[in-house]
Amino acid sequence: MDHFKLTYSRYSETSILVEWPQYIAPEILSDILLFKTYLLKENSESIIQITNAYSSILITYTSNDVDIDTQITTLKAKYDSRQNFEIGPQKLWKIPVCYDFSFGLDLEELSKAKKLSIPEIVRIHSEAIYKVYFIGFLPGFLYLGGLDKLLFTPRRASPRSQIEKGAIGIGGEQTGVYPNASPGGWNIIGNSPIAFFNPKLEQPCFAKAGDCIQFVPVDFKTHQEISSQVKNGTYKIESEVLDG
Amino acid sequence: MVEVLKAGLYDSIQDLGRIGYQQFGVPISGAMDGYSAKLANAILGNSDDAAVLEFTLIAPKLKFHSNTAICITGMVSRAKINGQPIENNTFVIVKENDLLSFGDRIYGCRGYLAVIGGFQTEKVMQSRSFYTSITEQHRLKTGDYLKVSHELATTKNTNAVLKTPKEHFESTEIEVFKGIDYELIDTDYKNELFNKSFTVSSASNRMAYQLDERLENSLEPIITAPVLPGTVQLTPSGQLLILMRDCQTTGGYPRILQLSEMAINRLSQKTPGQGFRFQLSPH
Repeated sequence: MDHFKLTYSRYSETSILVEWPQYIAPEILSDILLFKTYLLKENSESIIQITNAYSSILITYTSNDVDIDTQITTLKAKYDSRQNFEIGPQKLWKIPVCYDFSFGLDLEELSKAKKLSIPEIVRIHSEAIYKVYFIGFLPGFLYLGGLDKLLFTPRRASPRSQIEKGAIGIGGEQTGVYPNASPGGWNIIGNSPIAFFNPKLEQPCFAKAGDCIQFVPVDFKTHQEISSQVKNGTYKIESEVLDG
Repeated sequence: MVEVLKAGLYDSIQDLGRIGYQQFGVPISGAMDGYSAKLANAILGNSDDAAVLEFTLIAPKLKFHSNTAICITGMVSRAKINGQPIENNTFVIVKENDLLSFGDRIYGCRGYLAVIGGFQTEKVMQSRSFYTSITEQHRLKTGDYLKVSHELATTKNTNAVLKTPKEHFESTEIEVFKGIDYELIDTDYKNELFNKSFTVSSASNRMAYQLDERLENSLEPIITAPVLPGTVQLTPSGQLLILMRDCQTTGGYPRILQLSEMAINRLSQKTPGQGFRFQLSPH
């Protein structure tokens, strides 16, 4: 089990930010998830919620009465005494994506800029296994790690005012799916018919931090078929449990 | 039911927001000025988290289709029932077919209308607060009907005189704590941050308040990290963004200051063009 040097700071009147060394890495994510799960398991009544990003967690407490300094001392002790345990099954989700020109608005431009053929771009993008680090930016937007360097592309100089729901984009060193229509500056290479956010469900997002995602190329017709199954609620996303 | 005869500039239903869903990227939302929203509920004897109608600068015109009682707090804007003036922060009985209208705004930016038992719009993720992609609507429009509770007005609590302190609207000091990334700023600019007066920009909304003044800096973006309402972000171009109730759950700009909860309430009553200073409080 890795042991990192953490920084504990008061964030607001009712919250504490715990920071890991500031870089993006799977071992940091694992340690974050372990500590987060451990704190939630301890079920401290004064904690309302814990959210994580790449290299920090934000712990929110119930009320203004909470003594932040005491809580920081408690957190430090808990980090030092935490045990390595199973944080629950992590899954690999197979996400169908149509890389058709009708969706992949920036495929051609990307192909020229990267000197890669479109089939190569699709192959590189869909072969990789991406790690879900956290959900942020928009409801259901997964921050994914693991984009192949060959596909790193700066954001578009001028963002689009409307990007379709399900659009797959590349922005800088990241790739991701727009869970809902939104303005955005990423380079759009395809579209997934899967719903990444459903506020009516108890688990509004199927994936959680620590899970993995792989994009599976499908043709336009399959995209349309899956899309209607998703609408009917009959589509089940293919997944497998990851070992270790 | 309450009918929206004419929508205001930006009306939405709000309660205390969605707590516990930020891990899904869901904003907290809730009344911008939580203090005034809670006050309106307290005067009616409602629970703190009863849903209220929030309006911004220009209030809506409403018609009641049932008997209830109301309380208006926050922005002061010459409220009238059937043309008769009513006071803010008071318990007001309304009857079926009564009309609630507003005249010119006198001060404040966001008003709250509470009804007995709260507005009964859809509850999604334990909250009725409007937000795009979560609730069906993100703002009210003319012709909408809002369900209200069938609870009847009792005259309990009517004697309670609950005044909003003047400084809630007039104070030009916004209380802040040092943000997580505060120490990254050069000393000169730290001084500038507290000596300078800042102006609320017209590009301010429920997601963020922008400020007209800029703060020169050479800070690098941070690795995307958690943010909260009240977080002051500094962009590479020197823009200061104060995140408000509908803000994203994570951000990539340095977080230089954090507003106190009461400062968020007070800032949300400031209109574009109004000035204020950051007042640093020790943690």
